[in-house]
Amino acid sequence: MSTTTTRGVAQPAPAKVSKGRPRRGLLASSTFNFWLFTGPFLIGLVIFVFVPIGWSIYLSFFEARFTVTPSQFIGFENYTQVLTDVDFLNSLVTFTVFAAFIVPATWAVSLGLALLVNRLRFMRAFFRSVFFLPTAVSYVAASLIWKMSLFNGVRFGLANTVIGWFGIDNIAWLASPDPPWYWLVIVTVRLWLQSGFYMILFIAALQNIPRELYEAASLDGAKPGWQTFRYITLPQLRATSTAVILLLLVAAYQAFDEFFNLLPKATWGQPPLVELYKMALGENQNYGAGSAGAVVLTMLICVVTLLQGKFMGFGRGEESK
Amino acid sequence: MTVTAPETGKKKPTGSRRGGVMGSSGLYIATGVAALLFLLPFYLIVRNSLMTDPEITGENWKWFPTDIQWGNITEPFNDVTVDFAQSMWNSVVVAVLHTTGILLVCSLAGYGLARIPYKHANKVFYVVLTTLMVPTAVTFVPSFVLVSSFGWVDSYRGLIIPGLFSGFTCFLFRQYFLGFPKELEEAARVDGLGYWGAYWRVVVPNSLNFFAAIATITFINGWNSFLWPLVIGQDPSAWTVQVALSSYMTNQTVNYHLIFMATAISILPLLFVFLFLQRWLVQGIAQTGIKG
Repeated sequence: MSTTTTRGVAQPAPAKVSKGRPRRGLLASSTFNFWLFTGPFLIGLVIFVFVPIGWSIYLSFFEARFTVTPSQFIGFENYTQVLTDVDFLNSLVTFTVFAAFIVPATWAVSLGLALLVNRLRFMRAFFRSVFFLPTAVSYVAASLIWKMSLFNGVRFGLANTVIGWFGIDNIAWLASPDPPWYWLVIVTVRLWLQSGFYMILFIAALQNIPRELYEAASLDGAKPGWQTFRYITLPQLRATSTAVILLLLVAAYQAFDEFFNLLPKATWGQPPLVELYKMALGENQNYGAGSAGAVVLTMLICVVTLLQGKFMGFGRGEESK
Repeated sequence: MTVTAPETGKKKPTGSRRGGVMGSSGLYIATGVAALLFLLPFYLIVRNSLMTDPEITGENWKWFPTDIQWGNITEPFNDVTVDFAQSMWNSVVVAVLHTTGILLVCSLAGYGLARIPYKHANKVFYVVLTTLMVPTAVTFVPSFVLVSSFGWVDSYRGLIIPGLFSGFTCFLFRQYFLGFPKELEEAARVDGLGYWGAYWRVVVPNSLNFFAAIATITFINGWNSFLWPLVIGQDPSAWTVQVALSSYMTNQTVNYHLIFMATAISILPLLFVFLFLQRWLVQGIAQTGIKG
């Protein structure tokens, strides 16, 4: 905010010069340039973000199977259909369970890795790269490895081979919801893929903690290790932790790839986006119900984000800039 | 970042003292074990892609192939059920154009929002901010409806263009340009350059590090994206490599060594990007505006 005002003050000189020549005046005018720079992006934003959202809201009030130009207005019927759809409601439960596992697990693993790597004196860059490397792998490729090699339900999968050494029978990791072993598969895929990314954020934050704090703590008799971690490191990482948790939640909400590929024919463990995909692009091609589902989900995400922002103060730093 | 620089002198004593808690060797053992776990899936891809199917699915687990099957490398390209070469090419085109387009469109907008005085700039910025609240993944249904009404299904246009208008990337560029030294631009303006000229001749050349960071992240996201290419690629000729890989998983006949070789090939380009551009990648992630 402050930038725009100070810039405004600095501007009068060029503006006066441009009065003489009108053509150059247009090219030099900041309003023209503002739209020149932001115009293409804003037009695209309107066409590919706002129009779809608007269209979605419009379609959600119509009977729209196999067509995108519906004629029959049905009011809130699509919404009642979606909100009473057992599969859709289950998908929200699935998301909640998934988030309850993956958010704390990724937080802990990425922070743990950051602490480890940050303490290393040699080969720090090497280990950082190793933990970071899975970021390059797609969810599809990772699901493939997990499903076909690590957690294959038969003898030759690595997990079953390892438990076989201890005399435990094969486990069909993905084939049944009871016991829900599929959660182990789904959570570890994502943990492997995303921990390295968040580790980088934590390493950056750890390096920004002033050394003096640790020195002062040791003068005060705090033992290095758990005490300094609990009373210095953790509080100093608060802002980064908040941001990481928010990012993890949003990412978990959008989970699609690994569920779609690991549980393609399952009726259990389907997150919201997979349900939406089935609803709108599956056999029935029900764009109306799919759109209503998208509207409901978007509103849910907005509410969650706003609530979290309120409780944890995300975005406040932004305002003060 | 700047905080760490003056501290380096004091770092060593603190480091060794803290290292002593766990014992340096204990620390390295813990890190090493974690590293092996993180590398294991990569190893499995390589192992499986160079084995025969009977060896992969055999009763006795083997860490190493008895006879390395180098011939497997060409198999995905000879496979008739999935046109793997075409899907790789589609991914290259999509990822490259996606990255170029996003850098162009979002950096210009970010600069405009950050640096060009305009009385309604803040309102425009809030419009961009509201799109951050709506994840693009949720709008795939209406986006598909829109794009298919343009007739863009199964086309590069459909794969690339809708993804170019990323509110988040624009936001990152705006944050970056807010911190860009004004003196450089002012010097350029004094020399008679307009906003456009100053941007291309002074601002961009002095921001290549940031552009490289964003490019790396965008390229990885473009290469790895799955949901949108799955929606748009109705015909196999428009599949990206991720959609092709996914189709292997649902095929009736499972051809293990072929699937893993295809996976290995699909990861390779990114590993190159990753290893060469890692510096910018790390810098970009650390800078993504979510610093504490």
